[in-house]
Amino acid sequence: MAGWLRQHRGLIPYLFLLPGVLWLLVFFVLPMLAMASVATQEGTLGTGFRQTFNVGVFPEVLDRYAPHFLRSLEYALVVTLLTIGIGFPMAYTIAFRGGRYKNVLLLLVIMPFFTSFVIRTISWKFILADQGFVLGTLKDAGIVDEGFRILATPAAVISGITYNFLPFFVLPMYVALERIDYRLVEAATDLYASRLQAFLRVTLPLSIPGLFAGSLLTFIPAAGDYINAELLGGTRDTQMIGNVVQTLYIVNRDYPHAAAVSLILMVALLVGVVAYRRVLRGQELTV
Amino acid sequence: MAGATARAEASAVRADAPHRARRPLGRRIGEAILPIFTALVVAYLFLPIVVMIAFGFNDNVGRFNFTWQGFTLEHYATVFSSQPRMNQALVLSFTVAVISTVVATTLGTLIGLALARYEFRGRGPLNLLIFLPIASPEVVLGASLLALFVSVGMSLGLVTIVIAHIMFNISFVVVTVRARIAGFNRSLEEAAMDLGADEMTTFRKVTFPLIFPGILAAALLAFALSIDDFVITQFTAGQTVTFPLWVYGASRIGVPPQVNVMGTIIFAVALLGILLWSLLQRRERTLRAGTGPGVGAGS
Repeated sequence: MAGWLRQHRGLIPYLFLLPGVLWLLVFFVLPMLAMASVATQEGTLGTGFRQTFNVGVFPEVLDRYAPHFLRSLEYALVVTLLTIGIGFPMAYTIAFRGGRYKNVLLLLVIMPFFTSFVIRTISWKFILADQGFVLGTLKDAGIVDEGFRILATPAAVISGITYNFLPFFVLPMYVALERIDYRLVEAATDLYASRLQAFLRVTLPLSIPGLFAGSLLTFIPAAGDYINAELLGGTRDTQMIGNVVQTLYIVNRDYPHAAAVSLILMVALLVGVVAYRRVLRGQELTV
Repeated sequence: MAGATARAEASAVRADAPHRARRPLGRRIGEAILPIFTALVVAYLFLPIVVMIAFGFNDNVGRFNFTWQGFTLEHYATVFSSQPRMNQALVLSFTVAVISTVVATTLGTLIGLALARYEFRGRGPLNLLIFLPIASPEVVLGASLLALFVSVGMSLGLVTIVIAHIMFNISFVVVTVRARIAGFNRSLEEAAMDLGADEMTTFRKVTFPLIFPGILAAALLAFALSIDDFVITQFTAGQTVTFPLWVYGASRIGVPPQVNVMGTIIFAVALLGILLWSLLQRRERTLRAGTGPGVGAGS
């Protein structure tokens, strides 16, 4: 074996790749094809599904679930803007002003992950509850109206998603900012750029890779999320496209429609990623 | 809000740029804004965790644990005995996480090694194949796996959960390991070979010890992602219940305080683990003194 390998050195990388790539082909690529196949079948769980190449299912679900698609897009956009607004100054502070506390600050950013995602979201539900300790106190003090609520509103869902995915933005943003050679910024100010000019023309352009990776790592899971909409929203008006997929697949067992919706979501996001990459001029697709 | 602070700071700075030496009050306030803002964000990140920990000590009445009734350690005494289903779910989550971590770390490390160390055809498609699972929303990954399992008539349970977890973990392992391998100095290996070590020996004595921290980091990430996964698991679990699924189900009727206690215990264990890990990292860094900045927590 060893002798044979020595003679065919070019094969070594392929042997390394084989098991992992095979796994991804069988359990990532093949399922996508299976989903396309299921989407174009017709039937019910009772009578069984038959392949009829019913491509009409795509416009059908697109039309029926248009509000959910649009709502997911809207929520994900707001969430991404919020995470940039909160996460960029934070990553900037850690990278340029963190000093010897950099690692501690980074640890603080990832520490929420040590608690289960579901527990954290339930915790928010509890904090924001109509008579919880925040709103209850405000209501008792007469600061807000008795009928005022945060839960079951879009604001609750959006803030829940923002909370859950903020660290996904901060970490790549930090990595990108940390890589910047600060002497470039100093050179700019030495050459009479104001600090604002130096930021806009040196720091910001150099931080684009982090902005690209971080915003994708926020936007994509945000667009597909359904836990926050379920736990913090829970009404029809806050249902996202993920809730549709989950209900159709797991509750209704309407596999063709569920598969069609997921496929549209996947394709829409991929097109979005490629377009976004164009806008930010050829960012590496590999994170 | 944050954009406004950045702008405010920047304009404050610009306004006094000609008098830099004096550092007036406005400038000093400007400089304090970012650290204060960061502290507020950290507080925001920790708020739900503080609440979780606090209500694990709540002496609640009945099934609901919503209002503060008084301090007790009772739930800590009963955490392992009062919720047998939670224990089963935890054991299952742990089993899934261990198996999927071991397999995904092995497969992912091999791909990472190939990418970082060898020239071969098909890099572009391979990079795409690794990137796509990271870039797909979990709900789509779960839905597509379910479509596959339904199509081939495979019954859902432990096996399908493990298959799914290995799949989404491979990409994260590759990315983490590759970052580590790309950062180290090839000349160390060349030196070993020059001194007469064959390829296997070089790998065992030089390459592996150097990339081991990267592999360990990847394994920790894989374990964390697996044990906390909800969405993909919900699609591939059938009637099987993992810890996150159990908590989610329990939340519909009221979360028992033992969940807070368990969450607190997991949090504490993870924190201890990461502190130990950073101590090890520090030791390693002093051993490799002078080889540049440490590895960032990139993804």
